[in-house]
Amino acid sequence: AEPGNLAGVRHIILILSGKGGVGKSTISTELALALRHAGKKVGILDVDLCGPSIPRMLQAQGRAVHQCDSGWVPVFVDQEQKVSLMSVGFLLEKPDEAVVWRGPKKNALIKQFVSDVAWGQLDYLVVDTPPGTSDEHMAAVEALRPYSPLGAIVVTTPQAVSVGDVRRELTFCRKTGLRVIGIVENMSGFVCPHCTECTNVFSRGGGEELARHAGVPFLGSVPLDPKLTRSLEEGRDFIQEFPHSPAFHALSAIAQKVLETPAQLS
Amino acid sequence: MEETPHNCPGTGSAQAGRGTACQGCPNQRLCASGAGEGPDPAIEEIKEKMKTVKHKILVLSGKGGVGKSTFSAHLAHALAEDENTQVALLDIDICGPSIPKIMGLEGEQVHQSGSGWSPVFLEDNLGVMSVGFLLSSPDDAVIWRGPKKNGMIKQFLRDVDWGEVDYLIVDTPPGTSDEHLSVVQYLAAARIDGAVIITTPQEVSLQDVRKEISFCHKVKLPIIGVVENMSGFVCPKCKKESQIFPPTTGGAEAMCQDLKIPLLGKVPLDPHIGKSCDEGRSFLVDTPDSPATVAYRSIIQRIQEYCSLHRPEERTSLVPE
Repeated sequence: AEPGNLAGVRHIILILSGKGGVGKSTISTELALALRHAGKKVGILDVDLCGPSIPRMLQAQGRAVHQCDSGWVPVFVDQEQKVSLMSVGFLLEKPDEAVVWRGPKKNALIKQFVSDVAWGQLDYLVVDTPPGTSDEHMAAVEALRPYSPLGAIVVTTPQAVSVGDVRRELTFCRKTGLRVIGIVENMSGFVCPHCTECTNVFSRGGGEELARHAGVPFLGSVPLDPKLTRSLEEGRDFIQEFPHSPAFHALSAIAQKVLETPAQLS
Repeated sequence: MEETPHNCPGTGSAQAGRGTACQGCPNQRLCASGAGEGPDPAIEEIKEKMKTVKHKILVLSGKGGVGKSTFSAHLAHALAEDENTQVALLDIDICGPSIPKIMGLEGEQVHQSGSGWSPVFLEDNLGVMSVGFLLSSPDDAVIWRGPKKNGMIKQFLRDVDWGEVDYLIVDTPPGTSDEHLSVVQYLAAARIDGAVIITTPQEVSLQDVRKEISFCHKVKLPIIGVVENMSGFVCPKCKKESQIFPPTTGGAEAMCQDLKIPLLGKVPLDPHIGKSCDEGRSFLVDTPDSPATVAYRSIIQRIQEYCSLHRPEERTSLVPE
């Protein structure tokens, strides 16, 4: 096995999308929580340097980050210490301060983040990324390559404008040799809380069709649920609080598929 | 104004252009070649090119997926409804170029002529440029690092033959990185009217948008105002309103009050918007009676008013140091 801080991590999953705002950070967080509820020890690495959303989603904003001999100590976000998190958000002195860095500096930080966080023993490391196919993505894939990631989950919303960008992300995966575990279609319909009519706010069908066209597994559709949005805003555990939400069922099914995905043979 | 990289060794130093902090800076080659003091000649070339462009508006957000491209496209459509107004729409989202699809121009290619690249014209008075037009397949990925993206943006600003333009609208990707720094630096001498910042109501967006606002202040980019998108949803069946993206911390209204920035308007979520964008049509034309259309038109009117009041030539010059 490769030495270093990732040696104790059994499976690494990258969460990607060509498109911004489709729910990568949401899916990363919910997947991590679902895996924890399945009894796993999970780490989350947030490499979105310009828009690090995850600390707030887990009520961890403003937490201090400490160093130990092996590097940065990730922040535990739960009492049982089953979910740990590292994000550039923790390194910012002022939360409204913009990280205005060009590519090379971003590359350097991502390499550090990947190699210098003392994760310890983890069942899963979920790596959340910013939208696109640029410096951060190349740096993350290169730095993680020696550890044979389980693969990438690619997130889209149903409409063609999103699918248009996500197709390019699938090409990125192919070109960089990153296996696609599957596609998640997020924001798949909204059920009106007043009358239960389901409206396809962001169109429909794009995710499943893309999976078919690209020959990759379709992991499921997650509907729009304001309860989920609110949980994330307030840093609460949606999986625990809303087990009857349609979003919960979709997220659990996705987590189950991840648990069933075998590691690739080297 | 020059946004120098962190730890810039200084244009006169022996390390100029050679330090690790220099990588990706548009002046790097110049510094490394020993031409030290001068800024990138492209900045002057772009200034010349931009003399025929009256108003320049950047559409920004820290956050992805809030509707920048949707807004940019419909701002362009609305302004171009007056056939005497020349509109140019420039898409500098190199990795995720959505504008061709939203404008119904997918598959179009760009032509080169003696006077440079010609934009793709949707109407006689509406020209569009995007990296999307340079890609031969919808599956092609643009896997470029910062410096190459910067080069493309420089070309878009310097080599596209826009002609006489009343409004140049620049659609940007999410974030505060290479593309944003480059467009501000390259247009430094040409003076940008200002930025329209798009957000959605929830804190996870506002968090990123505050950073974008801080970026604007840092690079001295005036802010025309903020647009709150996806602000409430009216069920087509029962007509009752819900908040799909709840404004848990007061939404854009509270943020704008806090930061003393104008709130240009709030646009509700209308499923027709996504549909029109997917089909490459203007939803302002498709659904003229939608509350979303009404909101858009009012916001666009405010932007036009801002531009006519704040003529760039009258502002203090922002000469690069």
